[in-house]
Amino acid sequence: MCTVCGCGNGPKLDGKTPGEGHSHTHDHAHGPDHHHYGTGAAGVSVPGLSQTRLIRIETDILARNDGFAASNRRVLAALGAFAVNLVSSPGSGKTTLLCRTIEGLARQPLAVIEGDQQTSADAERIRATGARAVQINTGKGCHLDAHMVGHAMDALHLAPRSLLFIENVGNLVCPAAFDLGEDARVAILSVTEGEDKPLKYPDIFTTARLAVLNKTDLAPHCDADLDAYEANLRRINPAIAVLRVSARTGAGMGAWLDWLRAGLTAKGRS
Amino acid sequence: MHEMSLADGIRRIVEAQAAAHGFTRVECLRLEIGRFAAVEKSALAFAFDVAMRGSPAEGARLEIIDLPGRALCHDCGETVEIGHRLAPCPRCGGGRLMPQGGDEMRIRDMEVI
Repeated sequence: MCTVCGCGNGPKLDGKTPGEGHSHTHDHAHGPDHHHYGTGAAGVSVPGLSQTRLIRIETDILARNDGFAASNRRVLAALGAFAVNLVSSPGSGKTTLLCRTIEGLARQPLAVIEGDQQTSADAERIRATGARAVQINTGKGCHLDAHMVGHAMDALHLAPRSLLFIENVGNLVCPAAFDLGEDARVAILSVTEGEDKPLKYPDIFTTARLAVLNKTDLAPHCDADLDAYEANLRRINPAIAVLRVSARTGAGMGAWLDWLRAGLTAKGRS
Repeated sequence: MHEMSLADGIRRIVEAQAAAHGFTRVECLRLEIGRFAAVEKSALAFAFDVAMRGSPAEGARLEIIDLPGRALCHDCGETVEIGHRLAPCPRCGGGRLMPQGGDEMRIRDMEVI
């Protein structure tokens, strides 16, 4: 078990338990937003409450996750690396989009963190393109958290000015609440899923900077109304950018690659 | 299902507070949950009961305080309070609203012995 953070009984990294024989280089810095609870006015006693004390805490439930996310963000900033957290339902075409993206980016340094409950199938697909990838198996877990991602980043030894793709567990609900330290969250929505998905699962689309509307080559076969998809996305998140893409045919891929390159360039300037 | 992770986060905070303030039992724990927070309150209450077993908060009463949901209307430019995520702007009837807060999930206070 990792003695720094107590991890070891949960998710697996490429089939192994994190903390077994690893150096644990990821930053467990204890910033003001991390770990040390009770910094507010605590120990307040209230007259009339016999034997009981009222302790004011005002602490975010996700403070621990957010501390790890801040730590990941510091590591990425120091490298000038641009990280995207890819969220979607299962089967939206995330892995195929990533494989085509890696081919399209040619010599750009990049790495991939794959999140799934079980199997290393996705990491193997990514590695077949020649890219570096690490698989997180969450077991029963329904989302990635910043702590798992920190361990995966350690394992990847990111090059400066890399793109980091974090493919979250396919789930339109739970990943919305967990900051991983990414620069941008990208929601992938395929045209076979139904125009109403942004309305049914608003949280994930509210927190996304970009939506990739994927499998547009299938739109004529399933009566998909792409304008209705976009209208529903903007109803949930008026600021969201939308790109129409077919990873299979390559349509729209250029705009997606440009968006990634622009994000990386902007990160380098900041 | 991530409510189990949230409950685990609450347990860690309770245990850290117990060590810091020297209490052994939590009678009541109050949470503030925003109306737009990605949390199902009944699922969290269930997870809370399970996750607190063996901790100072085992058997504690859980109270959840709702915080209002606010959003910026991209049609009239005002920040308004709305009851649910798909509600129209109460001021202009517009439908393009961006949440501004309302996603809080925090422990407010605890009554302890």
